[in-house]
Amino acid sequence: MAVTEAAPRPVQRRGDVLFAGLARAAAVTILLALAGVAIFLTLEGAPAVTAPASARGGEDDIVLYVWPLPFGTLLAAVLAMLIATPLAFGVALVISHYAPRRTSRTIGYLIDLLAAVPSVVYSLWGIGYLGTRISGLYVWLEDNLGFLPFFAGPASTTGRTILTAGVVLAVMALPIIIAITREIFAQTPTLHQEAALALGATRWEMIRMTVLPCSRSGMVSASMLGLGRALGETMAVAMVLSATGVVSFNLISTSNPSTIAANIALQFGEASGLKVNVLIFSGLVLFVITFGVSLLGRAIAARGVKGDSR
Amino acid sequence: MSTQTTSRRPETASRQDLPLTHPTLPRSAPALAGVVSLASAALVGLLAGWGPALTTLVTVLVFAVALPLWAYVVEGSRGAIDRLATTLVWTAFGIAMLPLVTLIYTVAAKGAPVLSAEFFTFSMRNVIGAGGGIYHAIMGTLLITLVATLISVPVGIMAAIYLVEYSGQSRLARTVTFLVDVMTGIPSIVAGLFAYALFVIIFGPGVRMGFGGSIALSVLMIPIVVRSAEEMLKLVPDELREASYALGVPKWRTILKVVLPTSLAGVITGVMLAVARVAGETAPLLIIAGDTD
Repeated sequence: MAVTEAAPRPVQRRGDVLFAGLARAAAVTILLALAGVAIFLTLEGAPAVTAPASARGGEDDIVLYVWPLPFGTLLAAVLAMLIATPLAFGVALVISHYAPRRTSRTIGYLIDLLAAVPSVVYSLWGIGYLGTRISGLYVWLEDNLGFLPFFAGPASTTGRTILTAGVVLAVMALPIIIAITREIFAQTPTLHQEAALALGATRWEMIRMTVLPCSRSGMVSASMLGLGRALGETMAVAMVLSATGVVSFNLISTSNPSTIAANIALQFGEASGLKVNVLIFSGLVLFVITFGVSLLGRAIAARGVKGDSR
Repeated sequence: MSTQTTSRRPETASRQDLPLTHPTLPRSAPALAGVVSLASAALVGLLAGWGPALTTLVTVLVFAVALPLWAYVVEGSRGAIDRLATTLVWTAFGIAMLPLVTLIYTVAAKGAPVLSAEFFTFSMRNVIGAGGGIYHAIMGTLLITLVATLISVPVGIMAAIYLVEYSGQSRLARTVTFLVDVMTGIPSIVAGLFAYALFVIIFGPGVRMGFGGSIALSVLMIPIVVRSAEEMLKLVPDELREASYALGVPKWRTILKVVLPTSLAGVITGVMLAVARVAGETAPLLIIAGDTD
């Protein structure tokens, strides 16, 4: 008798139940939103598979129409990463270890500011400033490195090539990668660094032996985030690139592969009927690619964490 | 005699091999090397008629060779590698800052002349040729972003509350955390296509709607809000929650009156970051919103 009185059941207040329900509903909304993205894209993209050839630019098969686009997307993104990651790690090292503290704080603010600049501003810069100046470099590349398939030419005189698009994407991805890697470099245990220096290591040896091993997984996931941004970037590519939809490794010529996102942005305004479905189908492909990239990034980051705890 | 010298020699040699100090370059060595390489590159550049870009490039190259070489002669290979790494890191910094600085310069220099009261207060309606402004674009940006914020802030913050306060380690929580990560990486144009596909099913093909733009933007905005709000709520110390429970305050009032106000500043910062990110989006609006000046 006394025991049952001593342990009353917890009071269920109406407010509590309501609030918990609301919070749970919000979490489920996120699930539904993502599921919705996948479902609606599939629903609207499905008719494209059986659409007549006229709807997809005369190609017989949806694969033939879509194939150059992921190629261009990946090519531009890989170019951007090749340019951006070494530079970003260099800048992050300067901010975290090389520059005097006050200077590095100013640079850090500047980088954060640049991370918030909308992509369309970067593309205006790419056309107006970079494109006109970089075409001279392309002519030089064609003359001197023309034997490489990448620089076979003929060099574009407007500078609106896939390499320019890659450079603009790299510049856009830079602030994001820098902001993350800077944080990660700064989290290296100070004791490790001081121990390395006390043993007589030079600054570079200290960085190579303590900072880089500690932050390897973070560097990878930062690059993956930058890669995701470069893959999905629309306006920079749509405005900078003069695309002809070929599959080509020639980086400096006038005929360039387009990217999925840029192709959608450029074609969507005039598209109607089944053409819309074809474009939505290519959007679904892009969604799957970025999904895969973020899965990969998470897997690598998780492996790094496990390696640290061992 | 000979045995004495052989027995003595290793001792003195080992003492000389282990000095307590080692020769180092003077502190002004990088500056000196920089001046010398700039001077030599400029001299050759003037004779050969190079532009400033090529001269700078050659200066950096000469510097990257000369300083490590000097360090190799004086300090040995480890010092040389250190100098080389320092040079490379600073060069990467210089290359990376170049586009970022020219970006700011270009936008400011080319944009400043057209800034005027007219530019901000007139729309482009019925304007042909010069004149007009971006009033319509500013209003459109504000309206669409405002609606997107109204949708995603409550959802985002409530989801963060669920993740931090209610879920524990449940399956749903882990799935949501994972999916929020994935959602952060959704390309903006895919969000636009999603909104379009959704509205086509409801309203029929060819739909263009500002509200659809808001839906697309909130798909992009929710993960950012959830992420930052989650981090901020986690920072609230458990003692505050426990003190509130001990006073008999229900959980929902604890969250509303104790946890949220404590973390309010951080949550608002996160929301503002999300707004800033989303207000600059272009691609989804191109697809779903359409425009009529």
